[in-house]
Amino acid sequence: MRHVITALVMNEPGVLAHVAGMFSARGFNIDSLVVGRTDDPNFSRMTIVVIADDRTLDQVRKQLGKIVTVVRVRDYKESPFVARDLMLVKLSAPPKVRSEVIELAGLFRGRVVDVGQNTIMVELSGEEDKLDAFVELVRPYGIRELARTGVIAMARGAEAVRSAGSEDQRPAAGASPLARREPLARRQPSQAELEATPPG
Amino acid sequence: MSTLTPPAGRTGCAPAAKTPANSSLASNRTDTVSVAPARRREDGAAGALPVLGHPTGRSSRFIGRNGAQILLQMLLEHGVTDAFGYPGGAILPTFDQLYEKQLNFILVRHEQGAGHMADGYARATGKPGIVIVTSGPGATNTVTALATAYMDSIPIIVFSGQVRTYAIGNDAFQEADVTGITRPVTKRNYLVKNLKDLPRIINEAFVIATTGRPGPVLVDLPVDVTTAKMEDPVDDTPNLPGYRIYKGGHSRMVKAAADLINASERPVLYVGGGAILSGAWQEVRALAEKGNIPTTTTLLGLGTFDENSPLSLHMLGMHGSAYANYAVQDSDCLIAVGARFDDRVTGNLKLFAPKAKVVHLDIDPSSISKSVKVDVPVVGDAKLCLRDMLLHIESRPRQAWLERIRQWKARFPFTWKDDSPLPKPQAIIEAINRITGGRAVFTTGVGQHQMWAAQFIRWNRPRSMITSGGLGTMGYGLPAAIGAQVGRPGELVIDIDGDGSCLMTVMELATMHQYQLPVKVAVLNNRFQGMVRQWQKLFYGGRFSHTEMVNPDFAALAESFGVRGLRCENKADVPRVVEEMVKHPGPCLVDFICETDENVYPMVASGKALDDMVMGVVGETPPNSGRDMGTLA
Ligand SMILES: Cc1cc2nc3c(=O)[nH]c(=O)nc-3n(C[C@H](O)[C@H](O)[C@H](O)COP(=O)(O)OP(=O)(O)OC[C@H]3O[C@@H](n4cnc5c(N)ncnc54)[C@H](O)[C@@H]3O)c2cc1C
Ligand SMILES: Cc1ncc(C[n+]2csc(CCOP(=O)(O)OP(=O)(O)O)c2C)c(N)n1
Ligand SMILES: [Mg+2]
Repeated sequence: MRHVITALVMNEPGVLAHVAGMFSARGFNIDSLVVGRTDDPNFSRMTIVVIADDRTLDQVRKQLGKIVTVVRVRDYKESPFVARDLMLVKLSAPPKVRSEVIELAGLFRGRVVDVGQNTIMVELSGEEDKLDAFVELVRPYGIRELARTGVIAMARGAEAVRSAGSEDQRPAAGASPLARREPLARRQPSQAELEATPPG
Repeated sequence: MSTLTPPAGRTGCAPAAKTPANSSLASNRTDTVSVAPARRREDGAAGALPVLGHPTGRSSRFIGRNGAQILLQMLLEHGVTDAFGYPGGAILPTFDQLYEKQLNFILVRHEQGAGHMADGYARATGKPGIVIVTSGPGATNTVTALATAYMDSIPIIVFSGQVRTYAIGNDAFQEADVTGITRPVTKRNYLVKNLKDLPRIINEAFVIATTGRPGPVLVDLPVDVTTAKMEDPVDDTPNLPGYRIYKGGHSRMVKAAADLINASERPVLYVGGGAILSGAWQEVRALAEKGNIPTTTTLLGLGTFDENSPLSLHMLGMHGSAYANYAVQDSDCLIAVGARFDDRVTGNLKLFAPKAKVVHLDIDPSSISKSVKVDVPVVGDAKLCLRDMLLHIESRPRQAWLERIRQWKARFPFTWKDDSPLPKPQAIIEAINRITGGRAVFTTGVGQHQMWAAQFIRWNRPRSMITSGGLGTMGYGLPAAIGAQVGRPGELVIDIDGDGSCLMTVMELATMHQYQLPVKVAVLNNRFQGMVRQWQKLFYGGRFSHTEMVNPDFAALAESFGVRGLRCENKADVPRVVEEMVKHPGPCLVDFICETDENVYPMVASGKALDDMVMGVVGETPPNSGRDMGTLA
């Protein structure tokens, strides 16, 4: 199963190396790892997607918590959460197909952020599936270059991993693979929740 | 908050960090350390953080001092009386501060030795061991010692020199990325880039090394930091928002554990190194005696439970006693206290303790259900959790169970056969045990001799077995013995060593001689890497590939270092020579020439269930198997 874990870490050198080193030393499987600032300059926030069964997930959480510079750890196995991935993709788009591509991007609520003579760059964010679907759709046009941040996530509702607003995420290690991936493990929402929560 | 007792020289500082780190943590909660020191003073709890024997906060007391002076001042404030190390360019400012001998500094002959000495010192005393070395090779030489301490959760703090901050990353002379290299083998490490951070970092280093699950910490000190002068007041309060110290266990879990134990018919108490770190031996004994619970210890737990007690099952595991392993496999309730279900203990995990519900007391949540699924986890300090648990434990006779165990013990004692011209290694250890009454601090190398020491010394005091368990570091015994002797100067310290292990750090004989530390080294010289030979004999068709060693004359070698050297090669001489070694007032090494072709038994081969042992001579008379015995009771 793919699980999303959030870790609030002290903002100092070596922390990323420590976390990444721990994953490799213990043979845990990272699918993606994103680090970014938070509203509090003392802390950064990592979102890690791991491939693990329940036992391993438990160890991953505990081993993360054991690192002195890791302040809080949370996984989203038991609670509803929002997960987002951000992508920049540069497509071959000579003038005759340009408008088609722009239209496709629009359907996915993507933004065209750069237009060259024969290329177009689209920015797209959302759930991983949506990005994957877009990638498949535009593949025939020719993908020149593609970059994804990997997932960031946050629990729904009032509960927070210490500092809430994280703007301005910078991608770090581990771009996620383009191959089809299994969906992120999620608690199944109840009908009531489905009705109450706005569509992601 | 900002005033502090000034450093008062050795005697004045001694009391601060006396107690084993966790022994007096008092309340039922976890603490995040940034707030703990202030609270400690006000609530009057008996030293919530005994590692910081002084208040912290914003202070002017460092103004006008350079980094090296501040380091020495703070070491003294933390109650440090002894340190081990080796100088070099990048740490010279710090060594200059050691000139006045406010600290008892032990100059070693190899930095690995300094690390093991600090480790042996910590295991013998419960105080953190301190190491001071130079940059580059000095620091990298400590890596094995850090890894050894990390695996066995031992508090040592290494202060390493580093090149100037502006030279870092430029391949400067004797530069190494020491924080990068040591990150996986330290609980925490630091590169101090600004002098103003130094006091806080030193306090954090002590807190982290000695609290919770203890472990090694490394502080890398660029030479421009140790020479810079402090100009402003600084705050030295630890800032550890992510660091939690677990204290008493969850009361519901403690009660659930007690209920499970009370309801059990065949409980076994399985005690590990965590019980020593926690200082929980009285509580362990109380639990065993109140519940009539047979008690086994891991290699690192030896000494937490008096092995002369009829309730003692001695060591369990790969080379543990047959009766301990049978008892665990037959148990309906296994109570692990500060033990981590190491693979040397469990054998084949799938077949481990198949009938048992498992209770696990451990201060590190990541130890729980790591390899064996736990039914009742209790996260907290062993001593505090056991204290609470004892209130709920009912006294039970458990006669049938104890009787079965008595029979197992009678039939399968550790044993060996006196069937070779040369003395058997076990004979030498038995003689040492008899002559010392087990009242010594023992260290070991790694190998067969280590296992025989575990088996044939009757352990009866905590902190008396000092051995590298998790990493299995050959060469640990001799420097660890030196460290133990420094920490417990009046006591008899004996390193039971292998010929292979001993040679890995033998140069520390020079340290023993220089400081006239009266350590005794008993080399069980089988002219082989015996433990590897055993595996080659049993599993590689006797092809002894590169395990035979042509050794030096150990006695002459010792003499050349100025250490008394003896040699013993006859069975008849063993007791007399052991006696002579023990009585010798100074450092002494004995080369005990002993039989090569001897295996450690019982033995659980890899992949086998814990009770599926190769018995060797164990249980030979009477010749029945343990299984038959099991159904007798
Ligand atoms: C050649 C060789 C053979 C060996 N054979 C055997 C063998 O037959 N049998 C055997 O037992 N070992 C054997 N060992 C040692 C083995 O490898 C492990 O080192 C050992 O079993 C671990 O002991 P432990 O479980 O007590 O763990 P430790 O490493 O001592 O771990 C301590 C545990 O206690 C916890 N803890 C720490 N502080 C506290 C506290 N205050 N309160 C509560 N919990 C705390 C820690 O979190 C940890 O989980 C052998 C080693 C070698 C080199
Ligand atoms: C530093 C190191 N290298 C290699 C090993 C692997 N090893 C384990 S036991 C052993 C042999 C030990 O020989 P010796 O010290 O003579 O002890 P003996 O088994 O003969 O009693 C070896 C090589 C180790 N544990 N540590
Ligand atoms: Mg040997």
